[in-house]
Amino acid sequence: MYELVEKKSIGSGVTQYEIRAQRIARSRKCGQFVIVRALEHSERIPLTIADVDIERGTITLIVQAVGKSTLEMTRLEKGQGFADVAGPLGQPSHIEKYGTVVVIGGGLGTAVVYPQAVALRNAGNKIISIIGARTKELLILEELAASVSDRLILTTDDGSAGMKGLVTDALKMLLEEDETNVDAVYCAGPVIMMKHVSEVTKPLNIRTIVSLNPVMVDGTGMCGGCRVTVGGKRKFACVDGPEFDGHEVDFDELMDRLTTYRDHEQKTLKRYKDHECKLRQQ
Amino acid sequence: MSREEDSVERSEKPSAKERMAIPRVEMPQREGRERNKDFEEVNLGLGEQAAIREAQRCLQCKTARCVEGCPVGIDIPGFIKLIAEGDFLGAAAILRKDNNLPAVTGRVCPQETQCEVKCVRCKTDAPVAIGWLARFVSDYEVEHRSGRPKASAAKTGKKVACIGSGPAGITCAGELAKMGVDVTLFEAFHKPGGVLVYGIPEFRMPNRVVADEIENLESLGVKIETNVIVGRTLTLEQLTGEEGFDAVYIAVGAGLPSFMNVPGENFKGVYSANEYLTRSNLMEAYDARADTPIIRGKRVCVIGGGNTAMDAVRTSKRLGAEESMIVYRRAREQMPARAEEVAHAEEEDIKFEFLTAPVEVLGDEKGWVKGLRCIRMRLGELDESGRRRPVPIEGSEFEIECDLVVVAIGTRANPLLTKATAGLKLNKWGYIEVDDNMMTSIAGVFAGGDIVRGSATVILAMGDGKCAAASIDRYLVGRQNG
Ligand SMILES: Cc1cc2nc3c(=O)[nH]c(=O)nc-3n(C[C@H](O)[C@H](O)[C@H](O)COP(=O)(O)OP(=O)(O)OC[C@H]3O[C@@H](n4cnc5c(N)ncnc54)[C@H](O)[C@@H]3O)c2cc1C
Ligand SMILES: Cc1cc2nc3c(=O)[nH]c(=O)nc-3n(C[C@H](O)[C@H](O)[C@H](O)COP(=O)(O)OP(=O)(O)OC[C@H]3O[C@@H](n4cnc5c(N)ncnc54)[C@H](O)[C@@H]3O)c2cc1C
Ligand code: SF4
Ligand code: SF4
Ligand code: FES
Repeated sequence: MYELVEKKSIGSGVTQYEIRAQRIARSRKCGQFVIVRALEHSERIPLTIADVDIERGTITLIVQAVGKSTLEMTRLEKGQGFADVAGPLGQPSHIEKYGTVVVIGGGLGTAVVYPQAVALRNAGNKIISIIGARTKELLILEELAASVSDRLILTTDDGSAGMKGLVTDALKMLLEEDETNVDAVYCAGPVIMMKHVSEVTKPLNIRTIVSLNPVMVDGTGMCGGCRVTVGGKRKFACVDGPEFDGHEVDFDELMDRLTTYRDHEQKTLKRYKDHECKLRQQ
Repeated sequence: MSREEDSVERSEKPSAKERMAIPRVEMPQREGRERNKDFEEVNLGLGEQAAIREAQRCLQCKTARCVEGCPVGIDIPGFIKLIAEGDFLGAAAILRKDNNLPAVTGRVCPQETQCEVKCVRCKTDAPVAIGWLARFVSDYEVEHRSGRPKASAAKTGKKVACIGSGPAGITCAGELAKMGVDVTLFEAFHKPGGVLVYGIPEFRMPNRVVADEIENLESLGVKIETNVIVGRTLTLEQLTGEEGFDAVYIAVGAGLPSFMNVPGENFKGVYSANEYLTRSNLMEAYDARADTPIIRGKRVCVIGGGNTAMDAVRTSKRLGAEESMIVYRRAREQMPARAEEVAHAEEEDIKFEFLTAPVEVLGDEKGWVKGLRCIRMRLGELDESGRRRPVPIEGSEFEIECDLVVVAIGTRANPLLTKATAGLKLNKWGYIEVDDNMMTSIAGVFAGGDIVRGSATVILAMGDGKCAAASIDRYLVGRQNG
């Protein structure tokens, strides 16, 4: 049992969990993730470690409820526990002093890039953050992002907050302002967004690091389910990644592989919601 | 139970001639086409009378060749004699002296190449069913024992960490605990058991059997910590340093899946056997209500000819496939799988394409597997493994229609722990090198099982665990005195 020490909602459908996991907190490096099972019967799902508190022996996860496992998690209350938390997994982020780094978070990707932004800033970089979402309510972590950024640009698809448009529009705007001013881009979010960001930076040869999110089972390299193609080679995202050079990643393949379980996911989610409804009516 | 069996008296001591006249027992098993729809165990196990009668077939040889065939040298005539006398718990005790997991090995040992092949009765009719007898007494023990084993030795005050809870780790942990050592068993997954729980399916190796052995370990005082990935959660240096362990045993298996490296291997509907079996067994996706999904193919091709391939193909049938097929590049005789598994697969309507190698996985416009392009092979010269090497026959390509492909062509050493551990000497394939005492290049750090041997067998992993426990004990005593 991994005790849930704190829990709070930080935006529509997004919850922040602080979980006691002393050893993980101590070993974790920026960019690593855990594999979690909220309950005994749950699927094993990967979640980025957004932050740690070594003194309290806790790790922080920021989770968007998108399906059964992540919804079910929201029902856990402070004092209860997660059944299993294993990690830290994956390679730590590559952090160096580039100069100016643009950090791009789309949707939940913000939770993934925020710790990178902190580490990059601590390494002496100037940080420009771009945070995007479909609409105002879905923007998360703006305050945190603002606190580590020299400049913060918000974008929404519908213009309800910040700049109207996609994160790539903001990135292009920055590059138009001064192309030589961007030394590296770190990016996490929907695959399609990472693909487009990489397409923008590739011709300009700007180092672009993306954080991939394939379906995982063990997270230790023993199933191969998380395989992605990078530079024409097979890589296991859980042990070789999850961060890769965006200019080398086969995004189309990843996008396609992510649809593998769509039917199952929708059915499971529907069954869960129906069940919850019944419980509420009782 | 048949009348004939009823008439065998427990105390009866048949003459040699009478013994020779008894035919080998048949394992009661569920009918192939019935059992291939569920995950209940295939073999039902021997009844008491059938076991006694089978035990009476043993000639109690003075120089028992069978024992030479067993990698852990079990006193085979000894335990069989007690079965013949009806002392099943006594027989179990003899087994347990050399084998901590008799209920496991009785089910999964390749007896036909180990103990049974050496049995003198092979020369006349058929070997004594040593494996089935071992399984019988250990299942009997579970039902009739008076309590679980307890460690009786005085506490040594020493702490040992075993990493990995497969057969090698379980055995080493159990042996050390019996010697009075304070043992912690670390496991990366959320459930202990190694391949026995994530790989070998329920119909061959029920989880309750493994769970029972894990409880025995706990009863011996072994602490089990799941969700600890050594090399990530803790490093080996931390174990021997701040965590205060006096010695470490590495038994992390050889779990890195190999792929074929043919085009199309990333289409949806291609699994490694590890992923497929882990989803089905460990994550219980064979139950349609489970949270963890699994693709249920209608026409399934499993590539490979080992136990893993048999387990995967038989699983696919149980998950509802209309046709499940083994695609193997060598011939039937060269399949490394246990003979019993191949026979069971055939009874369950599994098809076999021998001398066939995939050259490409074909996909549809939505990215799903729709077939396998293969080439026929013939057998050529002998290779390093002493088997005739398969050679492609030019121009013999053909296609097999299928919607699920499971790649079961072997596993390699997972570098997660070894890479994170400075000073650990590996061989050129990435397996850990050990000396005669199973000690690695780091003093006080031992290793065994698949991470040393490459993919091998349960009983060899257990043998290593036992041998390492003895070495670790000597090492700890040596340090105390020196
Ligand atoms: C390295 C990594 C880090 C991640 N970090 C975060 C994070 O910090 N916060 C967050 O909210 N989400 C994160 N995710 C995504 C998160 O794992 C999925 O949202 C979660 O698995 C959804 O599960 P579900 O049952 O709620 O939804 P489902 O309905 O099962 O699935 C919804 C979608 O989630 C993805 N998904 C489902 N199962 C898995 C799985 N076993 N492994 C990976 N993806 C899966 C699929 O794309 C699927 O379409 C991360 C993913 C990866 C690979
Ligand atoms: C599908 C299948 C069927 C098989 N059938 C048979 C059979 O019929 N008969 C037979 O004799 N053999 C069979 N084998 C082979 C046999 O299972 C193995 O040889 C045996 O399990 C090896 O034991 P082990 O203890 O070395 O490793 P494993 O059983 O592989 O256990 C290793 C354990 O270590 C854990 N681990 C890995 N890395 C770490 C880490 N860094 N930190 C903590 N824990 C870690 C793993 O999660 C795993 O639980 C089969 C294998 C497979 C895959
Ligand atoms: S452990 Fe295996 S090889 Fe040894 S006697 Fe038992 S079944 Fe035979
Ligand atoms: S060789 Fe066969 S007959 Fe002889 S002791 Fe062993 S099992 Fe019995
Ligand atoms: S999640 Fe299994 S190998 Fe990466």
